[in-house]
This record gives sequence, C-alpha cells and structure tokens, in this order.
Amino acid sequence: MGVVLLLGTVFLSSCSNMVVLDPKGPIGSEEAFLIKIAFILMLIVVLPVFVMVIWFSVRYRASNKKATYKPNWAHSHKIELVVWLVPIAIVAALSYLTWVKTHELDPYKPLESEVKPIRIEVVSTDWNWLFIYPDYNIAVVNHLVFPANAPLNFKLTSASVMTSFFIPQLGSQIYVMAGMQTKLHLLADHEGTYLGQNIEYSGNGYETMHFDAVATSQEEFEDWVEKAKQSPDKMTLATFKEFSEPNINYPVTTYSSVAPKLFNHIMMQFMGWMGGSDHNMNMTDDMDDMHHMHSMQDSTKMHEGHGAMTMPSDSGDVHTKTMEDK
Amino acid sequence: MNTNVSQNASVHTADAEHHDHGEIRTFGFWIYLMSDLVLFSVLFATYAVIGFNSAGGPTGKDLFDLPYLFVETMFLLVSSVAFGLTMIAMHNGKQKQVIIGLIITALLGLGFIGMEINEFVNMIHDGAGPDRSGFLSAFFTLVGTHGAHVTFGIIWIATMIGQIAKSGITEGISSRMMRLSLFWHFLDIVWIGVFSFVYLMHVI
Amino acid sequence: MFGKLTLSDIPYNDPIIMGAVVSASLAGLVIIALITYFKKWPYLWHEWLTSVDHKRIGVMYIVLALVMMLRGFADALMMRGQQAMAAGADHGYLTAHHYDQIFGSHGTIMIIFVAMPFVIGLMNLVIPHQIGARDVAFPVLNSVSFWLTVAGAGLIMISLGVGEFTNAGWFGIAPLFEKTYNPGVGVDYWMWAFQIAGVGSLLSGVNFLVTIVKMRAPGMTWMKLPLFTWTTVTTNVLMILSFPVITGALFLLTLDRYLGMHFFTNDMGGNMMMWNNLFWMWGHPEVYIVVLPSFGIFSEVVATFSRKKLFGYVSLVWATAAIMILSFTVWLHHFFTMGNTVNVNIFFGIATMLIAIPTGVKVYDWLFTMYRGRITFTTPMYWVLGFLTIFVIGGMTGVLMAIPPADFVVHNSLFLIAHFHNMLIPGALFGYFAGFAYWFPKVFGFKLDEKWGKRAFWGWSIGFLVAFMPLYVLGFMGMPRRMAHYDTMAWQPWLIAAAVGALIIGLGILAQGMQIFVSIRDRKKNVDLTGDSWGDGRTLEWMSSSPPPVYNFAVIPKVNELDEWWAMKENGTAYQRPAEYHDIHMPKNVARGPIIGGLVLAFGFAMVWYIWWLAIAAMIGIIATVIIGSSHDDEEYIIPAAEVKRIEDERFEQLAAALEEKKNN
Repeated sequence: MGVVLLLGTVFLSSCSNMVVLDPKGPIGSEEAFLIKIAFILMLIVVLPVFVMVIWFSVRYRASNKKATYKPNWAHSHKIELVVWLVPIAIVAALSYLTWVKTHELDPYKPLESEVKPIRIEVVSTDWNWLFIYPDYNIAVVNHLVFPANAPLNFKLTSASVMTSFFIPQLGSQIYVMAGMQTKLHLLADHEGTYLGQNIEYSGNGYETMHFDAVATSQEEFEDWVEKAKQSPDKMTLATFKEFSEPNINYPVTTYSSVAPKLFNHIMMQFMGWMGGSDHNMNMTDDMDDMHHMHSMQDSTKMHEGHGAMTMPSDSGDVHTKTMEDK
Repeated sequence: MNTNVSQNASVHTADAEHHDHGEIRTFGFWIYLMSDLVLFSVLFATYAVIGFNSAGGPTGKDLFDLPYLFVETMFLLVSSVAFGLTMIAMHNGKQKQVIIGLIITALLGLGFIGMEINEFVNMIHDGAGPDRSGFLSAFFTLVGTHGAHVTFGIIWIATMIGQIAKSGITEGISSRMMRLSLFWHFLDIVWIGVFSFVYLMHVI
Repeated sequence: MFGKLTLSDIPYNDPIIMGAVVSASLAGLVIIALITYFKKWPYLWHEWLTSVDHKRIGVMYIVLALVMMLRGFADALMMRGQQAMAAGADHGYLTAHHYDQIFGSHGTIMIIFVAMPFVIGLMNLVIPHQIGARDVAFPVLNSVSFWLTVAGAGLIMISLGVGEFTNAGWFGIAPLFEKTYNPGVGVDYWMWAFQIAGVGSLLSGVNFLVTIVKMRAPGMTWMKLPLFTWTTVTTNVLMILSFPVITGALFLLTLDRYLGMHFFTNDMGGNMMMWNNLFWMWGHPEVYIVVLPSFGIFSEVVATFSRKKLFGYVSLVWATAAIMILSFTVWLHHFFTMGNTVNVNIFFGIATMLIAIPTGVKVYDWLFTMYRGRITFTTPMYWVLGFLTIFVIGGMTGVLMAIPPADFVVHNSLFLIAHFHNMLIPGALFGYFAGFAYWFPKVFGFKLDEKWGKRAFWGWSIGFLVAFMPLYVLGFMGMPRRMAHYDTMAWQPWLIAAAVGALIIGLGILAQGMQIFVSIRDRKKNVDLTGDSWGDGRTLEWMSSSPPPVYNFAVIPKVNELDEWWAMKENGTAYQRPAEYHDIHMPKNVARGPIIGGLVLAFGFAMVWYIWWLAIAAMIGIIATVIIGSSHDDEEYIIPAAEVKRIEDERFEQLAAALEEKKNN
C-alpha cells in the first residue's frame, strides 16, 4: 500500500505533464471530465473491496478464535441482492453517461462556433505527416499550425499502412487508413504548442511520427499563411511521390501550392475495388460527400466499421451498375 | 468409501466402458463439426464483406455457369444418398454392399471435385485467379476449403474401405462409419449454403 | 533445397541476439547431456513424452509454460530497459527493428505459450480428478494437442536464431503484416507458430468439454460441479467457438502472403479492418479463456483456506455463464477509434461495461466466502488476496476505456498496456500460481516451500505495482505504446520506475525458482501422505493419494453433495476401503503425439522458409500418422483387480499411519 501512496503523491505532483488531464480544448475537456467522473463512480464498488480484503483477513484469521465461524453459511438473499444491484446501478449510470457523451463527442460531428472552421486534410505516410489546407492551397509537413478558437475540420487518409492521428491535449484520436477517409473535429481554446503524434504502430519509423501542433492567434495564423504562400516549394504529384517514399524525420517544410485534389488522388491509389477505372474519375468529385457514409451506417449492420466495412458493399452497387452500363 | 458406494459404482464394467467410448467419440465429433461450422462461418462472413469487391475484374455474373454447377451439385447430393444406403447396408451387416456403396460414394465425390477443379482451372486460365481481387480471393477460399474437406472425406472413405476389407464390420469400424457419415452429410449442408450464397446470389 | 534460407539469415553479427541464442542453446545442451549421462532417455520417452496420462501431460504443459515465461519475461526486461534509456539523444541499446520484434514476441509468447499451456496444464492436472474420472475423453488427442503447442513454441524459439520475428505486433496489424510492407519471414514465423498452437488449443477445448459432459462421476449433476470445473466448461465452449475464427483468419492471412490474395490488403478489394474484426472476435473471448479458469481456482482456494463453503455458488455459476456469453459481444471495443458511427460504439461500450457486473459479483462472493471463515494464510491464499486487491484497479480502468469518448484519449497509449496487464497478471497469472501451489502436492506428493512462495508473491505484487502504475500515468501523459525511442523527456522518470518494477518482478521469479529447488530438496519434510494435502480439501481430487495412482480412482465415487469430499469427511464416510475391486482399462502410451508434433514443426519451418519438398513430405507424414493411428481399435491395457488391490492396500496402510500420526499431533 505504501507504494501506492508514494506513487499517488508523485502522480499528483506531476499533473502538469499529464496532457490528457490537462486539456486545451472543449473536446479534450469533456473527455478528461468523463474520465474523472467515471473513476469516482467506480470507486463506490472498488473502495469497499480494499476495506473488506483487509478487514476480513484480519477479523477471520484462523488464530482469532473469538470471531464467528459458520462453515456452512454460504447464502444470503440480502447480500446477493446488494452485490448484484449496486454494480448494475453504477453500470446503468455509466451507460447513460456513455449514451449522452458518445453522441456529444462524436469525432465526426462538426463543432458549433461563430468562427469559420479551418479545413485541414491529413495524410500519413511511412513515416511522416502531410497537412494540406485546401482553403489556402498550402501544405506543411510534420508541423501543424492553426488559430486558437477556430473549429478544425480534419479529413484524414493514409498513403501507406494504418496510423492514428492524436493531439492529446485537444482530445479524440482517429484512425487513418489508406483508400478511406476518416474525419475529426477539434478545437483549441488556448494558444500554445501541443504534442501531436501517431499513436498506432506503423513500422520501423513509427516512433518518429510526432509533430508540433501550434495554436496561434488569428493574426499570427494569417501571417503564417502569407509566409507559406511565399515558399519556393510546391507540393506537386512528383513532390508527393518523393515525400511518400519510406523515410523518417522529413524536415518541416511549407509548400506554397498543392496539386489539385491531391488528397483524393492519394485515396484513389488504393481504391481499385471501386469498379472500372473511368468510373473512379467520376467518383473523385463526389469524394467530399463521403461523410454521408457515416449517417448511412446506422441502417447497416451494427458492428460494421465506418469507412472500412460499408464502402465495399456500397461500391458493389456502383460496380454492378458499371457492368450493366457496359 | 463405504460399501454402498462401491456397489453403485460397479455398474461400470468393462462392457459398459467400451460402449461409452463410441458414444463419447461421436459426441466429440459433433463438437468438432460445430467448430468446423464456425470456420465456415468466418469464410462466409468474409465473402459477405468483400464478395463484391471485384477491383475492376470479372464479377460473379461474368464467371458463374449455373447449369454446370447444377450438375456438380447433383454429384454431391447423390453421393450423400449413396452414403445413406451404405449405412443401411452396414446396419444389416452386409460387408460387400458396404464396400460397393463406399466406392460409389467416393467416385461421386471425385466427380464433384473433378468438376470443381476444372472450374477453378478455367477461371485461373481466363485471368480470374484468386489474386485478381478481394471477391475472387474470398470465392476461391470458401469454395476451395469446402473442396478440401470433400477431398479429405474421400481419403477417409478410402481408409474405411481398406479397414472393412481387412477386418470386417467391427464395433470400432461401425462407430467410425457413423462419424464419417455425419461428416459427409455435413459437407452436403455446407455446400447448399455455398451454392445459394456464393453462386445463386451473385447470378440472380 | 533450403528455400529462402541462407546462412546470412542467422544474425550472427548481432551480439544481443547471439547472446540469447547461445545461452538458450547452452541450457538446452546441458539438459540433453544430463539426460544422456544418466541414461534417462528411455524413461523420458516411455514414461513422459509418449504418455497419454492426463497428469503427466498436465505437468509437461506447465513445464512448457514456465520455460516460455522465462523467455517472455526476458523480452519484457529488454523492452523496459530500452524504454528506460531511449529518451532524447540516447537511442538505447536496441535498434527500432529489434525492439519492434520484441514486443511482438513478448505478447505472442505470454498469451499463446504461457497463459494457454498453463491453463490447459492445470485443466489436465485437475479436471478428471475433480469430476471423478480416470482420464480425459480422448487421451491420445490430448497428447497430440500438447505436442502441437510444443511445435508452435519450438518454431518461435527457432525464430530467435534463424531469421527474425514479426514486427507487426502480437495481434497482427493490418495491412502492416502484408507481404508489401513485411516481405521478411518474421510475420510467417508468428503466423505459423500461432496457427499450430491454436489448433492444439482448439482440440484441447473439444477434449475437455466432452470429458466434463460425458465422464462425470454418477450423481454429479451440473449444480454439483466444483467451480474450477464450471469455469473450465465455459472456457472450453469459448475455445470451441472462438478458436476456429482465428484459425480461419490466420488461414486467410496465409493465403494473402503466400498466394497474393486480397483479404486484408489495403488495395484490390481487400479490407484491413476485417482483420481487426476477425482477430478480436477470437481475441476478446481469448481473454476470458485464460481468465475464467483462474476465477475457478480462486473460488476453490478461497473456500478451502477459509474452511468454509463457497459463498453464492449459484451466483458464481451464473456470473461465469454471463461472462462467457458477453465475451462474444464486445470485440469492437478494441477499435472504437476506427471512425465507427456513434450507435455502434455505444452498443459495444455498454456491452463491455455489462461484463463488469458479473465480475464485480464474483469479487464480492469471494470476499463473503472469507466472511465468518477460519482463514489460513498459505501461499495460494496470498495470491487470492493479491488478486482481489490489484485486479479491481484493472477492472476500473477497463470500464473507463469502455466509454468510447474516454477511450479516444487513452487508446493505444501505455494506459491500455497498463490496463490489460492489470487484468491478466493478477486475473490470470496469479490464479495459475495459486493453482500451481494448491495442486502441486496432489501431483508430486509434497508441498511447495511456503517461505519462498510468499517471497515470490511479494516480488510479483510489489513489482507489478511499481512496473505498471507508472504506465497508467504515462498513458495520461500521452505516451503511445510500442515506442523504441521518444523525445518527450518528461516520460523518462516513469519509465525508469517501470523498469525497476520489472526487476522486482524478476526477483519474484527468482524466488519461484528457489521455491521449486528448496521444495524438492526438503521434499521429505513437506511430504503429504493423506492425499488431502491441505487437510481442508473440499472436492474429489483430494480423495485419492498424492501422487495419485495412474487410474486416479480405484472405484469411481458416487457424488451426493457439491463439496463431496468435505461432506464425506463430515459424515465419516471418507477414507473407507471399498468392498471389492474390478479390472481397470487404461489407455496405452503412444508415440503419435511427439511424432505429429515433430512433423508439424518441420512443416511450419518449411513453410516459413519456402522449403516446399519438406513441407509436402511433412504433410504426407502427418496424414499417414493420423490414418495409421486411427485404425487401431485396441489401445488400452488392463490393470487386473488384484494389482489394483495391491496398490490400494499399500495406499491404505500409508494412510492409516498418516491419520494416526495426525490424531496424535
């Protein structure tokens, strides 16, 4: 127990480093709050266990002949009722909380704000991050800049294996998968530099896939965009090809322009299964509507994943049509 | 232990133990079949998930030839009937009929496998091999796994023919024949699933 | 001739790997030399390796588990060492590629080659005894299952020195484990070792379910089943229903890697998330496969050492059944962060929380078994108390992660690592250790040393807290799992603490080694002559002598009570000679198990290295062995009634003396 106490003390004293419990945005705050409240609720079941282990061990030790000994006492309706009902009540409360908060904190749900959202397209490669700002036609590698208090609308895809995009102090992570697009909505309500990282093992260079996520003031952000537009580097298809070759610690670089629909192009590389190749081209323009998948999902099988499991059957329909057309 | 206990327990004589063995093995075989069914469910589920991902390649509609499959299916169904008759012959103790019945079952099974292999070879030849697309991977795997089971069943039938020819219909052999017949009918049922789910659904 | 295998595949220029290989081979050579020197090979072959006796197979399973635990623990120490060092400018002593193989082998070994053989070993030792049977339903199959597990373990050990191991984690990361991203043999080693051992486990599941359903002693109705037997039933059902899923999934991956198919690829119509779904449809039940029997052991131990009937038996049975069913409905909580729709996440989140209810009930039932008992604090009881205290922390963090939005910030972090070690070390491993100490005297006829046993307990418990509590903190600090190196310096102190914790666990393991050594040395002192080793046994296994005769029970007992042996002692019907004995049929030892195991190992190795002729030859050998083996009707021998009487008379003489002595004390 002493060890626990000792660790507990150290734990409390280093809270400032516990980025998950020190959130800098509404999503992260809600999630940190959820962790704390669930923790407290569960203590109702857990604390008595600690007490009873010690109390019963001392009280009913074999050498204590004074204590009652009832070798055949093995049933009590009252106790049974309590040990079933209390956990049921707590799980019921937590389930309610889960219901409300999971809806509220859906990573696909755009955040309500008066500030205009910043759209960011995220591409993970082996083993770097590319961030594209479609509204400004600029891009940056391994460095993310955005204004505080503006909602951030991320669209994510991978140019290789699966990764997971995570800025702990802003909240929710989301998987990044090739040939598919996931979405994430975050907001920073404080300016500052936060740790951003890949949190899903993706091969040998995985541990280098972290970056600074910088929340600036609106003015600083605009300055940064202006500066980026002056950059001599341009993210063309050829640049991307070179950039996406397996390599680690690609230097932070800004690009003053981005090849049109680069994000969709990257997704398309893996989407051979969508049907005939000419059809793929038509799909490209509709790619922004892909998020409808999310709501369509509810009508499909419960366990199916978002992009992962439904799009194939969807494309099946598309494909059947293509065949008929021919 | 008191004497009471030992008297009760003495019903477990050697004969009873032998009888138990067959029953226990058959029960165990049922459980094995259940787990095999789970394996097939995985393959069916896989087919359900990626069965339409043809990656620009041929689809079921382009590839499946229903009349051909109907004949193939009949081979397997008739072989099941033949096995049923074989089992009746075995219960009547007719050794020769049992061997003939098993040979007919095995030949029909071989016919089924032959047609399946022919179908596979043609598809691969036409560039529709299992590495062409997710759909074809799932197709070849599900149908091929069933085919591998049938092949294993044929090897088992051959072994039984050898054993019966050597030692007649002993208790051990008739108990093994029981399980083989379960296996063979099980493969029939799985094939009905394959036929309707894999072939019919894609063509219609 | 040798497929892809060339001399350059042996990493002789890596001193760390070669050190491990040399020390492992040296240990192996010493053992082989000793056996040869003492001319023990015939004994070993006839009495152990080819044995179909469930007790001997059980012992061999546990030896395998303990040996593999040393290997898995060495992996753990290496990882803790690396992470304690590799901060900022320091890159530690391992390359990223080497580190990445270690976390894969640690996980694979601990789950597949430690937890599984340990749990199946305990089932082997105890189940026939507890249900009043002489053996399992399929003794030869039991031997084959064991040797398949050995073959898998052998393959993983070979990967240490020949080639490499997977860097795609123990659960396989799609599509990272595909040929495109992982052309080496590492993934193949993992896949085949896993597959081979998995088939062995599946067969064990079938075997033990049939045993329990069909071979219980007369009078032992379902609600008179000892709790360890009950939990074994549920575990077997889980094995039978879930292992085919992983067999299937690994088979599909094999086709992807060997024939270029597209099941889990990220292009050409494959679906990588299908792997996650299939894997965890097995993987989550697997957690309960290894944990539930432990719960059974805790139930037996806590009742015995509280000298009291188990509290809430019916509740415990239903809670176990509820966990069994629920375990199939939660797999998606392993990837809440995939971008599922809200309702899907909510469904799986709540289903996961529901498991906490029966588990909580169990914890309280054990506590109330202690209530109004007479508790003796033996080593097995220590493990129970340690489990109760530490396990609930893991339960708490588990429910926390069942809430999808909370999971969004701790998933894939060290918080997750802390959580599942917090479930599996106290929940599964402490239970096995308790069972090991509890049933050891039954199997070998003498008790384990208590002093070293308790030292081992403290090493493990304190070590656990020091090693894993910091990982919870690191999770909150945002540290991802599987980092070969990191730049956030604030993480380092906590990782150093965790490394110290691992060393303390190491002390616990050393104490376990000492315990076995001291116990064998002092075996005369701790000998058990009554067969009821702890004096307070409640269930049928304590009825026979320690060690039991090969047939377990000269006369199959008739069961009237839940705790039959306790009841017999209470009403004075224990230790009575039966009126007469009968001939007993027992299965003969056969070489089929080790032969198939050897052939399967050759097959696995050949497949890993594309040595096709060997693969085909081994496959033909396996099929031929099965066919030839299945043709034998007569695989039993008879122990004549007179011989049974002789053995039993000897036992009763010994017993009379022991009981006399006990009375005098």
